[in-house]
Amino acid sequence: MARKLSVDRRNFLKGAAVTGAAALVPDAVTAAAQAPPAEAGQAARPAAATAAREADPVVEVAGETTARPGGDFMVDVLKSLNIEYVASNPGSSFRGIHESIINYGGNTMPEFITCCHEESSVAMAHAYFKVEGKPMAVLAHGTVGLQHAAMAIYNAYCDRVPVYLMAGNSLDATMRRPGVEWAHSVQDAAAMVRDFIKWDDNPYSLPHFAESAVRAYKIAMTPPMMPVLIVLDGGLQEDPISPEVAPRLRVPKLTLAAPPQGDSGAVAEAARLLVNAQNPVIVADRLARTPAGIQRLIELAEALQAPVIDQRGRMNIPSRHPLNQSESAGQQIANADVILGLELTDFWGTVNAFRDALHRSSRSRIRPGTRLISINSVDLFAKSNFQDFQRYPEVDVAMAADAEATLPALTEAVKRLTTDDRRRAFQERRTRLEEAHARARQASKAEAAHAWDASPISTARMAAELWNVIRAEDWSLVSESGNTSGWAFRLWDFEKHHQHLGDSGGAGVGYGAPAAVGGALANKKHGRISVNIQGDGDFLYAPGVWWTAAHHRIPILTVMHNNRAYHQEVMHIQRMANWHQRGIDRHHIGTTITNPNVDFAKIAQGMGVYAEGPITNPRDLAPAFQRALAVVKKGEPALVDVVTQPR
Amino acid sequence: MKKLFGAAVLLLAAAVATAQEPKPAAQAAPAGNAETGATLWRNVGCWQCHGYEAQGGAAGPRLSGRNLPWTGFSAYVRRPANQMPLYTEKVLPTTDLAHIYAYVQSRPAPAQNVPLLQK
Ligand code: HEC
Repeated sequence: MARKLSVDRRNFLKGAAVTGAAALVPDAVTAAAQAPPAEAGQAARPAAATAAREADPVVEVAGETTARPGGDFMVDVLKSLNIEYVASNPGSSFRGIHESIINYGGNTMPEFITCCHEESSVAMAHAYFKVEGKPMAVLAHGTVGLQHAAMAIYNAYCDRVPVYLMAGNSLDATMRRPGVEWAHSVQDAAAMVRDFIKWDDNPYSLPHFAESAVRAYKIAMTPPMMPVLIVLDGGLQEDPISPEVAPRLRVPKLTLAAPPQGDSGAVAEAARLLVNAQNPVIVADRLARTPAGIQRLIELAEALQAPVIDQRGRMNIPSRHPLNQSESAGQQIANADVILGLELTDFWGTVNAFRDALHRSSRSRIRPGTRLISINSVDLFAKSNFQDFQRYPEVDVAMAADAEATLPALTEAVKRLTTDDRRRAFQERRTRLEEAHARARQASKAEAAHAWDASPISTARMAAELWNVIRAEDWSLVSESGNTSGWAFRLWDFEKHHQHLGDSGGAGVGYGAPAAVGGALANKKHGRISVNIQGDGDFLYAPGVWWTAAHHRIPILTVMHNNRAYHQEVMHIQRMANWHQRGIDRHHIGTTITNPNVDFAKIAQGMGVYAEGPITNPRDLAPAFQRALAVVKKGEPALVDVVTQPR
Repeated sequence: MKKLFGAAVLLLAAAVATAQEPKPAAQAAPAGNAETGATLWRNVGCWQCHGYEAQGGAAGPRLSGRNLPWTGFSAYVRRPANQMPLYTEKVLPTTDLAHIYAYVQSRPAPAQNVPLLQK
């Protein structure tokens, strides 16, 4: 590909060796204008190169520089996409664009974020999107970086989040440096991740890059949103923009596609079912793509005075809204005669129970005849290999559409069909639901008082103490990888879109820590207090992200839910032991993180993060959280390690 | 993770309904020692889903402070109806289960009038 310009440039300048010269005009004018100073330190260079230089130093130096490498134009295109940050662990396959970003681009839009692992880069971009509503970029190094990135890409794919991925590669085999560059190069880079991205391309020229870069952005941002990948050939990045290509370089216009709305007939049918239902139930998962999604859901729920169950793939409904009946999800589903599922990951699992016993079995949770309505953008795009699509749900009305975009039309249709009689019935339902909501809140608080003084500290106590410290702030729960029995959702008042970012999507452990830092990066300019409830197993995947937080001054309050285990697996092993009857007390082998206990505060401190702990006495929580918050308010990350109950 | 949690919440509602269903004639619990029970609680895994203090959570319901009758308690452990893995007499003899029961019964009452939970 573009490496053709570098075909032994010195020989070319001497007028020897090259055929097809028309295609190979070097950027001689620019190079001459930028004649570099006589090179220092030649003695340190490999002998062959030094000899060549000594033979013909002037020509060599003039031909070896350019003021306008291809990477600069790539930066022009990226700037047009308004990408704020590019997260990256540095790698030579993209050294060209790296240098263009920092020097030509001034290290702004995008700004480089130094990461210690590609999984961190991608997970940061993943959560960043869920706060900011626009993609962040990631640069991954050839074969190795992209493979490191793969797990986090899969999480973003499952979570329907766009990440703007770029990977360096060196396609022209004859131009690769011997050794490492070969190991880091690949024929078809995107093949490594193609099963779980939405689109990719491998541009052959800079004009091709421009179109593909803009197209990739548009595809990523069209529901269902997913990561996209552009592979950047090293030659294209590093070599001069040739005079013949230069006139063809332009940045294509970006127009995002309006998200698809549900078919009007299907919307009318859904409205009819919902209005006539005795017990309609609305279930929302990855519904609210934007803050408008929350408002639209409330409008529909209030038009029907129907209960809403939040499966929490996004921040969908305020926790104090009286129609939020998430606490009694099982009961609501069991009583429903119509269920509306909005961007559900698993409609089948919502209406069926599955028993994890030696003889696996399932049973329906719903009454016979319950009608199911689905609005789901994922119906528009499916892949077959990775099985994140769950069991096939037998629904009655299916709209392959974006739920957030469809809600206004559905709400209007519901209002049109609502008679006075129905309105009275809705109002009665509302009264019942308000009471149930209030009772559930009280029940949660009563439940939280159990094991209040226990050590290890109860997850309810930890959540309650943390809430008390942040409740007066503009806070954002950027990640909750801790499996804390949902206490934050039961005790805190979630209201705004940025206050909850959903989860990893693919349940790939290791998402929590970098996602928290990425979410906090997005919150930074808004002056929000980012809060992270951090699982200990998750922390250990790629702890270098705490250094990234310290280095880039990303304020974030991290509270370790340190139950000293991969606890989900402890329970799985217990189950196997109980089934197999050969002893039931060795569940800790291969599952716990003890002996030695990890000192998370020390790890964090070693990376320049303020940290305290391990805390085992619940009375010590409040002052520790206060001290950590003070650090965060100064614009720095802080961590408090809390030794906790398992769940 | 979210899915697991969601599933657990749904389960809890079902669990409370089913746990005490098979109701053999009520029996007094065999004598048990709460301290021995505490060790067993940790060794055989009850803590994993029900919490060290039997306070419950997403993976299993609260058992403390409910004064569950021995009959229903022991019957459920032997033949759980839902997600809980069964414990047979072979791996958890009834004498041990009685100690565990004594431990659960001995858990302190919930804290009263906690200011943080009044707000
Ligand atoms: C792997 C998780 C797990 C383990 C280990 C476990 N349980 Fe359970 N337990 C549950 C769940 C979940 C339920 C709720 C019902 C269900 O889904 O089966 C439950 C329910 C119960 C109930 C019925 C409660 C009620 O509401 O009536 C009792 C009693 C009980 N467990 C006792 C124990 C004891 C004693 C142990 C240890 C010997 C234990 N469990 C170990 C998960 C677990």
